[in-house]
Parts: sequence; structure tokens; C-alpha cells
Amino acid sequence: MKQGIILRGKKILESIGDYTEFFKSVITNTFRRGFEWNELIRQCYLVGVRSINIVLVTGFVLGFVLTLQSQPTLKAFGAEGFVPNMVAVSIIREIGPVIISLICAGKIASGIGAEIGSMKVTEQIAAMDVSGANSIQYLAVTRILACIFMVPLLVLFADAMSLLGGYVGTNISGNMTAVLYFNKSFSSLLFSDFFPSLIKTFFFGFIIGFVACFKGFHANRGTESVGIAANSAVVSASFWIILIDALAVQLTSIFVYNQ
Amino acid sequence: METVIEIKDLKIAFNGKPVLTGINLTLCRGENLAIIGRSGEGKSVTIECIVGLLTPDEGTITVLGKDITNLDSDELKELLLHTGFLFQQSALYDSMTVRENLAFPLIRVLKISDEAEIEKRSVEALEAVGLAAAIDKMPSDLSGGQRKRMALARTLIVNPEIILYDEPTTGLDAITSKEISALIMDIRKKYKSSSIIITHDMSCAKITADRILIINEGKIIAGGTYKELENSSDPFIASFFK
Repeated sequence: MKQGIILRGKKILESIGDYTEFFKSVITNTFRRGFEWNELIRQCYLVGVRSINIVLVTGFVLGFVLTLQSQPTLKAFGAEGFVPNMVAVSIIREIGPVIISLICAGKIASGIGAEIGSMKVTEQIAAMDVSGANSIQYLAVTRILACIFMVPLLVLFADAMSLLGGYVGTNISGNMTAVLYFNKSFSSLLFSDFFPSLIKTFFFGFIIGFVACFKGFHANRGTESVGIAANSAVVSASFWIILIDALAVQLTSIFVYNQ
Repeated sequence: METVIEIKDLKIAFNGKPVLTGINLTLCRGENLAIIGRSGEGKSVTIECIVGLLTPDEGTITVLGKDITNLDSDELKELLLHTGFLFQQSALYDSMTVRENLAFPLIRVLKISDEAEIEKRSVEALEAVGLAAAIDKMPSDLSGGQRKRMALARTLIVNPEIILYDEPTTGLDAITSKEISALIMDIRKKYKSSSIIITHDMSCAKITADRILIINEGKIIAGGTYKELENSSDPFIASFFK
């Protein structure tokens, strides 16, 4: 029992050490000469453009469903007219960034984890290293930066689609003009709703790219480890997104809303 | 003769289990040295230590006059420009074409940006391994022997002084194995390289090696030419030549 606890503790400390070492390596290589601009642009395309469809559809459905679910309750209180305000605030502040980031964790982190894990298993990363190339700069830094730049953009697109979904949802049973709907939506939004939620998506993007690259680079030898790397990249990234969100909400309450 | 690699008392253990227990060897300029031994005896580990893929627990590895165990990452990368490593499974970048595989070290390591120069050197390297027609293929379209040739071309493209071959003929049929062995000899002649060849394949060792070392339980237990070792009275050494 005691032995098991000691072993577990040792493993956790080793894992923290590995994460720290990898973080240091990523930071150092971000500012090193010979930055891979072309690869960064390619990764931005792969992370951003290739994820746009699922993000737009998810965004639309989020707004649509939220409207349909909340409309009857608000109607019972005679507050049906507040549906656009409620949808806009809840999507922009919280639901949009978190749900879209979780979707991105599933799509992007699994892809990066599997790709880099497969390269590790087939010794392609070792081949880069022994040739004198910088595998961290080429593979990890570019992917992490692509996630940092693209995830916030994807969230913005999804937020816009959510408002559109909300408008469609409102007009299924009701009748509200587009101008009125969007006026109501935007009038309820403050800069303090939009800015903190945008800031946290940069952190979500970082965590998706960082965890996925870490898991890929630390895949053990064997094809099974590629699947494990992809799977654990998604699980860990999702966990960290939720944790960071909880922290961000607390910080926003304290510093932005002074509560 | 000038020594290009010198290993002294190299020791490494994985999870407390000793793998190398004191390797000593030297590689002279222009020499082809084969290391043979049973699986799991630390042959590949030895050459992975030479290129810094593994860090030894004890001992020194001097490559072209520099002790790699004391180099920082930039100095090691500089030194790696003079060494080539052929992986057992070829380790081709499978999302890139043959052309892109060859351009990768030129662009990212030698920092060559002139496309004509990249094209010229790529074609030269492919011609050296007899694979010029495959330049636009993907690695998945190549056979096992072609993949080895392709990996060799990618190694040669930076004109290394030292080439480390990890099981260059494993998984190939007898005819292709002989072709690869002959290619290793051609490369030495053309590029004037020095090589360490890790192999199980005695016919490869016979064709390519000037000297053979036998590794057992993490130590070099015998060395000599193919003929000298073939006539050894030691039953363990003789077992490799049966």
C-alpha cells in the first residue's frame, strides 16, 4: 500500500518534470533563430480551415437549441423578448468558448497527438534530431502557435453562428425581425462580456496544442501508443480547458465584475 | 590513421538493467566497422549514444575530436552535420514526397534556399542510390529496398563524414540485401565516408566490413577481420559464422 503510494507519487513528480521540461523547450525554441513561418501557416490552415465546418455547425446548433429550450420558460414569465439577450450573453461569455474549445480539443488535439505519436514511433522525430534539424521548433512550436491563433478565431465564428441559430430558433414559434433580434443581442453585451472570454480562448488554444504535442512527443514505442497518445491528448486537454475556465470565471468575477 | 570516433568505457542502463557495461571502440577515417551480436545486446544503443539520441550513464564518446557528452544542444547539432544515421525502419517522413524528404535537411539544417541547388543535390543523392525515377513518389509507394535507398539518399545529401547504419539489410530479401551491401561500399568510395554498420546479416558484414566487433552482454568481446573471426576457436564467436 505504502509502496504503491510512493510509486504513484514518484510517477506524478516525473510527469510534472516532463511537462516542465517540454514547456521550457517549447518556449526556448519559439524565440530561436530559423523560425518555421511556412510550417506555421500550413498548420494554421490545418487547424483553422479544416475545423471550420464542425465549429460553424456546432455554433449554430448551440444558439438554436438554447433558444428553443429557454423560450417556454421565459414565455411563462412574460419575458420572451429577453431571449436574444440571454442567448447572446450566455453564448459569448461562457458556452461558446468552452464548448467550441472542447470540440477543438476532440478534433485538433487527437489529430496532433496521433500524428506526432506516429512520427515518434516510426523514428521520424529521431531522424529529424540526428540530421541536426530542430524537431521541437518544426513540429511542436508551429502547432502550438497555430492553436493559439486559430482557436480564438474559431470561437468568434462559432459565436456569430450561435446568434444566427438563436435568431432562427426564435422565429420558429415567434416572429422577430433580424434587426430587432440582433439589436437586442448586441445591446445586452458589454466589452467586459466579450474581452475576458476572448482572452481565455488563447489559453484554451495553447493548452490544446501543448498537451497534444506533449503526448505525441512522449508516445512510447509501439502502434498502441499512438492511439493512447491521441486519446490522452483529448482527455487531458478537455480536463485542462474546464479547469482553466473555472479559474478564469473566478478571476473575471473578481477583477472585471468586482464581485 | 586518424580516429574519427572513439568510445571509452561506455555504460548505460534502462530501468536499472545494464545494457552497455563498458564499450570501448575506435573507428578510423575511411574504415567500415561492423558490430554484430544477438538481439538486445546493445548494438543499436551504442550508435544511438554516438548521435546523442541516448545519454550514457558513464564513459566518453569522442566524435571528430569532440566529446559529445560535454556538448550543448547547439554544438551537438553542429557536429551532427558531419554524421549520417540510417535507421532500421528507414524513418522516412511519410507525409512528404521523396523530393520533400530530401529537401528537408537542406532547407532546415544547411539553410539552403536556392531551389535549383536543392533540386541538383536531391537528384545527385538519388542517382547515387539508383533511385532517380522515384523523386515525386510518396514513401508509401516505395518497396522495402527502395525505402532503404531513399533513407540513404537523405543521409548522403548533407555529405556526412561518418555514416551509422542500423541494420541496413533487415527485412530485405537476399538479393536486395546484397544490393544494399554493395551500395554501402559504393558510398564509401564515392563519399570517402567512415561507417559503423550494425547488423545480424553476416553476408552484409562480409561484404562491407574492414573490421568486425562482436558484442555480448553489453561488452565488445572480440574483434578482427571477417577471416580472423571466422577461424576463431571460441564456440560463441564461431556460432555467428555457421
